[in-house]
Amino acid sequence: MSHASTAVQERPTPPGGHGAPKSALTSRSLPRLAPVGFAAVAIALSVGISTAAGWHSKVQWGMIAALLFLAISYVATTVVENKRQAKDRLATSVVWVCFLIAIIPLVSLLWTTISRGAERLDGYFLTHSMAGVLGSEASGGVYHALIGTLEQVGIATVISAPLGLLTAVYLVEYGKGSLAKAVTFFVDVMTGIPSIVAGLFILSIMLIFEIQPSGLMGALALTILMIPVVVRSTEEMLKLVPNELREASLALGIPKWRTILKVVLPTAIGGITTGVMLAIARIAGETAPIILLVFGSQLINTNPFSGAQSSLPFYIYEQYKVGEAASYDRAWAAALVLIAFVMILNLVARGIARWKAPKTGR
Amino acid sequence: MAKRIDISGLTAYYGSHKAIEDISMTVEPRSVTAFIGPSGCGKSTFLRTLNRMHEVTPGGRVEGKVLLDDENLYASNVDPVTVRRTVGMVFQRPNPFPTMSIFDNVAAGLRLNGSYRKSELNDVVEKSLRGANLWNEVKDRLNKPGSGLSGGQQQRLCIARAIAVEPQVLLMDEPCSALDPISTLAIEDLIGELKERFTIVIVTHNMQQAARVSDRTAFFNLAAVGKPGRLIEIDETERIFSNPSVQATEDYISGRFG
Ligand SMILES: Nc1ncnc2c1ncn2[C@@H]1O[C@H](COP(=O)(O)OP(=O)(O)OP(=O)(O)O)[C@@H](O)[C@H]1O
Ligand SMILES: [Mg+2]
Repeated sequence: MSHASTAVQERPTPPGGHGAPKSALTSRSLPRLAPVGFAAVAIALSVGISTAAGWHSKVQWGMIAALLFLAISYVATTVVENKRQAKDRLATSVVWVCFLIAIIPLVSLLWTTISRGAERLDGYFLTHSMAGVLGSEASGGVYHALIGTLEQVGIATVISAPLGLLTAVYLVEYGKGSLAKAVTFFVDVMTGIPSIVAGLFILSIMLIFEIQPSGLMGALALTILMIPVVVRSTEEMLKLVPNELREASLALGIPKWRTILKVVLPTAIGGITTGVMLAIARIAGETAPIILLVFGSQLINTNPFSGAQSSLPFYIYEQYKVGEAASYDRAWAAALVLIAFVMILNLVARGIARWKAPKTGR
Repeated sequence: MAKRIDISGLTAYYGSHKAIEDISMTVEPRSVTAFIGPSGCGKSTFLRTLNRMHEVTPGGRVEGKVLLDDENLYASNVDPVTVRRTVGMVFQRPNPFPTMSIFDNVAAGLRLNGSYRKSELNDVVEKSLRGANLWNEVKDRLNKPGSGLSGGQQQRLCIARAIAVEPQVLLMDEPCSALDPISTLAIEDLIGELKERFTIVIVTHNMQQAARVSDRTAFFNLAAVGKPGRLIEIDETERIFSNPSVQATEDYISGRFG
């Protein structure tokens, strides 16, 4: 007993010259909202210093504020609490500062696109094509490009989702030896193919067989880009399925293919869907293959198998090149449509992932 | 219809690592045979060779013979899937299918094999859950996910799932190692009932359990660290626990081991 109490009294006092706290387990601490206060002080100081020194760059202001914030919170915590807490707070602050730096471009991009795109985005814009509209005229719309994107991306998905899925199933469940290694290697290589190269590859085939540009050709190039992404993400998801589930199923006398179909895939389906959606989001923004293979058009062409089509990224590029105020507005509005398309896909993917996730509720 | 298992000269490998060597024994029908022995001596490995689950592990390889009523499981024209329907297995850690409800978990073996009549399914599920002593606890929530049960309930769910396909032999790898005494007792009672119909092999680290539930006990050991595991002896459980013929067995059982 006496031993324990001396031990408590011998506890080193925290640096800063304050007496030992009354209890060994509680110590003085800063209020919970202290970091907000530090941030306010840091920003105020940085504005003060910068105006006094006559610096104008807002980036500089921000950097000074961030550094001041780190310094102030470290010093204040050292004084009031102790060294360990101060280090903890420093690490937390660094994480926060990095997070803010990382989301600044994202927020600014979203903000610019939404504020500039909203000017033209309305029902008329979504339901009309550019047929007979001059570049400088403030009418016309994105309908033909939207149709093109939906059809090309749709075809690409219909081809690459099953192919990618089956490849991943092969790699995880069956693949061993040199064939699996070769497939993995080529998937890796394909992941790195620039979209223009995929476009040129299809173009060379078109030239050899004298095929005319069409939405299908663009979709084929997109397929080349999409397959490796689907394979990779599906592979990761399948590897996450515990081996015990496979064994449990096999031990019931269920054949391997049914085990994969009824136990492994359903367990991973949420993650697989997310992966496919992300792959769709990636190819929806591709421009180069569309320029080469689909050719672009001002008119509505709902048939992806013959004739030129447009697509959202191509439309943005085209409108930007016109160089008129009205066409810039259309480009921004189309960019907003594209972002919204990707966003909706993401939300759908999350919804499916949550709906299909293995349930643990009691 | 329970079956006798005759094992002769069985050796199993993981890649180039020989895990068990030259095991021969007979498992009697309609009885409980317990496997005991120190950790790592190959009890699980041996158990998994009895329904051809060993070859599921990458690199897994088996030499020797396992006769199930005179039919060699390792003959070249034998389909491992059929073997596993005849010889069921319960694993050490409960592993219900997370995407399936309690009902679907029990029905999985029948459904995924495609050989059932719809009208039977309800009866089979109820019978299996009753057989596993779980029916009263889950009858009101058969459509809830199986992973929402407690560990012990999950293990009994796995037993229900295994007996739903009516195997002739049931292999259990430390089925009670994660359970409380009451669930353990429930499972031991269950084993006592199941042995009327099935041949049961159970791996356990619990000597009292082996003494309580089994008719015959096999003791496995390693000759030395890094050497493959071997069968030291197999005999009536009473003899093994009172008067074993090998000194090592007595040392292990009385805790004077290593
Ligand atoms: N998947 C595996 N790959 C390689 N070696 C393995 C594998 N599983 C088991 N082994 C090896 O085989 C030997 C026997 O293992 P096994 O799991 O059969 O022991 P056990 O008697 O069941 O032990 P425990 O009582 O701890 O469950 C051990 O040396 C182990 O390292
Ligand atoms: Mg084991």
